[in-house]
Amino acid sequence: MTGFTAVLRREIRLSLSGGGEVLTLLLFFVIVGAIVPFAVGPDKELLARISPGIVWIAAFLSMLLGLDRLFRPDLEDGTLALYRLADLPLSAMVGAKVIAHWLTAALPLIIASPFLAMLLAMDGPTLTRTILSLLVGTPALAAFGAIGAAITAATRRGGLIAPILIAPLCVPVLIFGVGAISSQGGPDQAGAALLLLAALSLMAIALSPFAAALAIDWGED
Amino acid sequence: MSIETTPKQSWWSRLAHPGQFVIWSRPFILPLAVLTGALFLAGLYYAFLNSPADYQMGDTVRIMYVHVPAAWLSQFVYGAMTVSALGTLVWRHPMADVSMKAAAPLGAAFTAMALFTGSLWGRPTWGTFWEWDGRMTSTLVMLFIYLGIVALWRAFDDQLRAARVVAIFTLVGAVNVPIIKFSVDWWSTLHQPASVFRADGPTVAGSILTPLFIMFFAFTFFYVTLQLIAMRTEVRKRRVATLERRAARGEAA
Repeated sequence: MTGFTAVLRREIRLSLSGGGEVLTLLLFFVIVGAIVPFAVGPDKELLARISPGIVWIAAFLSMLLGLDRLFRPDLEDGTLALYRLADLPLSAMVGAKVIAHWLTAALPLIIASPFLAMLLAMDGPTLTRTILSLLVGTPALAAFGAIGAAITAATRRGGLIAPILIAPLCVPVLIFGVGAISSQGGPDQAGAALLLLAALSLMAIALSPFAAALAIDWGED
Repeated sequence: MSIETTPKQSWWSRLAHPGQFVIWSRPFILPLAVLTGALFLAGLYYAFLNSPADYQMGDTVRIMYVHVPAAWLSQFVYGAMTVSALGTLVWRHPMADVSMKAAAPLGAAFTAMALFTGSLWGRPTWGTFWEWDGRMTSTLVMLFIYLGIVALWRAFDDQLRAARVVAIFTLVGAVNVPIIKFSVDWWSTLHQPASVFRADGPTVAGSILTPLFIMFFAFTFFYVTLQLIAMRTEVRKRRVATLERRAARGEAA
């Protein structure tokens, strides 16, 4: 377990210090959300209606933006080669990275979402449901993202391809994520969407470390 | 060029050896192409001249004879790719890589054709080119996955390494195929439910079913022919790349 926590700590320290990637992603999230009213017009009723979708899209995009830093820097400076030789299984290393990615790329967005909610004229109950659905759904985005980042880490143009590969896989997450917020189908349907979202997240987290570790192991040798 | 094979190989590994594959597959191409052409002639004759117009949809029902086989192939090709991906991951067989790579653009083309003809059919019958319905959305996602796989193949220089990585992604993307298949049952929105492959038999009239089945076979053989040609091309491309590398190293080819 010590190796696992060491990787986890290193990842968090790296993204908090230096390049300040956490702040960049946070800024991107807020800017994407704030730019929508300029595009669709400042009609408050319309904004309130589409605000859950906007928040989800902004979170999705900024998590995609952070993908390239997941494995590529480690591949380039040789850290990944050391990880492959270490006692810690590669899948556990990926697991630690997914957790760190969620903590540094998703959690700050969720904490910042009330600010975006205010800009988008979202009401209180909707905000609570939005935060809940982001908490349940973003782990799936982090897990799918890790697969995409691992698959493209060894390619030169991977930074562009990972989002293209991952976006179609994330469609169900977006559907159920927004479905868990919307009150159109009544509380039963929103609850069912939230449960399906949780199922997606659990499945993605359980499977992605193995798929991503396999891709890293076979992608470079 | 000579192909070295050791005499003790099984018939299976001889059949799947890339060099042997180019040799044994050659005589299949012309008969397959002729069969495909004949099936298309028969199918199109039935579809356009010898089948009744639908009592509700009129002549637009004939789009079905292209739309349904293309949609079937969009899923079938992904199935073939998934099987090839297993071949790559489990047996690390080079011909599985080649088959996986050849199938991706073909699958993308059939999926695009299914979406396009579906949209042409949807306009007169449903009054809209596009609707965010379960079947259409999941088919669009399938097209994106196909295009992503084609892009992923091109992002790698080393095709052997690419194959193993693409195989992993192909298996991950395979979860979408059952979603497409059952989407019409799970979300009963605009698209009509399954009417040909049903547990209780087809619900389509026989006069329409005959040309549909001929077109099914025509499209499937069309795919098999193209797949074989694409695989032969890929094997030869790789051989050329190997020879070029050897020549660059100054070895006699």
